[in-house]
Amino acid sequence: MKLSILVSEGPYTHQASDSAYRFTKAALDKGHEIFRVFFYHDGVNNGTRFTVPPQDDRNLQKLWSELAEQHNLDMVVCIAAAQRRGIMDENEAKRQGIDGNNIAPGFRISGLGQLIEAGIQADRLVTFGD
Amino acid sequence: MSETKKFMYVNRRAPYGTVYALESLEVVLIGAAFEQNVCLAFLDDGVYQITKGQDTKSVGMKNFSPTYNALGDYDVNQIYVEKESLEARGLTLDDLLDLKYEDEDDDWAEKDSIRVVSKKELADLMDEQDVIFSF
Repeated sequence: MKLSILVSEGPYTHQASDSAYRFTKAALDKGHEIFRVFFYHDGVNNGTRFTVPPQDDRNLQKLWSELAEQHNLDMVVCIAAAQRRGIMDENEAKRQGIDGNNIAPGFRISGLGQLIEAGIQADRLVTFGD
Repeated sequence: MSETKKFMYVNRRAPYGTVYALESLEVVLIGAAFEQNVCLAFLDDGVYQITKGQDTKSVGMKNFSPTYNALGDYDVNQIYVEKESLEARGLTLDDLLDLKYEDEDDDWAEKDSIRVVSKKELADLMDEQDVIFSF
């Protein structure tokens, strides 16, 4: 089955990102196709490489980045939601005159059209939120 | 992308306590360009999102409720409001924004976008959808 994943909450405050990660990994392990993982609302906070959780806890950003690398996942952070919350890539930082960027490996910033497309293209869109 | 799917946006939360209502509306507006079969559902505290006379000055937030009036121009004109949620909050249709659209199949007659439906009817509508965004 071709699946799209929507992650609506950031890491740690809610379980949503953990569940989405485990679901995505399990689906891939079972041979399903993941069309796209889209991060919206506070979910965009999964995509900053500046998170430094305690060493005895999981690092969700790293887990997502590693999964993306292993499976060539398309992980998209919503640009409007990212701008509100200070998630920047190099281009966006330049455009906004911000003195740095924090997007994590494997994530890319794009528009909400990518979420609609994910709904159209996939057999199922699965939402992980609060 | 020639495929047309049935999309439902489910709005369950009050408009200003969290950002979900505003960011849901942003998806609806972008999604309108994709020419899918779109409907919106308002239930639980989500019914407050489309109440009349919202005034956000004292909380310093942008009042985005006028934007709902534009939905008709974006061909987003199937707006379902759950009857039980209105009743539980002492609200009636008169408390809601007067959302209209022009029906191109009926000589552009102006029609109401909002339909009040029961919990059961809303459940049946959800069952018909291909994609549900719940905000």
